[in-house]
Amino acid sequence: MLIVVITALLVSMVLILVRSLLGPTIYDRLLAVNSFGTKVILLIAVYGFFTGRPDFLDLAIVYALINFIGTIAVLKFFEYDDLGSVDYQEDDL
Amino acid sequence: MTEQLVIMVLLSFLVVIAFGIILLKDLLVAVILSGIYSLTAAAIFVVMDAVDVAFTEAAVGAGVSTIFLLGALTLTRRQQKQQKHNNYFALLVVTLTGALLIYGTLDLPGYGDGQSIANQHPQLAQHFLQKSEDEIGIPNVVTSVLASYRGYDTLGETVVVFTAAIGVLSLLGLRRRKREEDPELDAKRQCRQQNEEV
Repeated sequence: MLIVVITALLVSMVLILVRSLLGPTIYDRLLAVNSFGTKVILLIAVYGFFTGRPDFLDLAIVYALINFIGTIAVLKFFEYDDLGSVDYQEDDL
Repeated sequence: MTEQLVIMVLLSFLVVIAFGIILLKDLLVAVILSGIYSLTAAAIFVVMDAVDVAFTEAAVGAGVSTIFLLGALTLTRRQQKQQKHNNYFALLVVTLTGALLIYGTLDLPGYGDGQSIANQHPQLAQHFLQKSEDEIGIPNVVTSVLASYRGYDTLGETVVVFTAAIGVLSLLGLRRRKREEDPELDAKRQCRQQNEEV
């Protein structure tokens, strides 16, 4: 059963990878890369259950957090073309 | 068996992503793809049961270095410069180095090999596996070797990285960058102001 899930995850990762490499616009690529990260995390979680060590789930959660930080940084760069500019900090006030 | 297959598929993902990073001209996409590269590598390490190596790879590779590369990208342009000539010499050097590294891996013991040289020492592996928790107080053997038994070595590595960071900072300088007038960003800002007024 879990082997089927792992196979399905790997196949969907292939599809997402194709989209992130071909994707006509940057938005396709961003979305594809983000969901590829999610698939990696799911794979770790499922693999933990497959080998009888559900504590991999904790690792998967931490990876999800790290992946999220990366996505936030990319989106910030995308919106402002900068990571620490004063301009938008004044905007937020 | 499943483990081998999963590792092989993930490794082939790494190859595909690496070619994507090399071939795509948009540097922002290359940075995002390098984050995914690190996350996939971390997944391989988890599958191979090297959990703390995987953790370092995810935190440094996918987390911090993505942000560093984005920071570097703010200092330059988003598109790769057009290459006018093909640099075959660089390709040759890289291929040779890669071949040497692969040749070097031939001497490494097999993955999980109980008969490898490190395991043939009568007491060494036994000592670490049985006593490290009492001696150091960390349940994970790899972590206790890394952080305590070879702690001075790790300290030396950290000093090297610190020195490199100081060197790079003194080269780049800590001055504030002058804000360039960017028409696209101005348009975005105006758009936002209009939205707020509405």
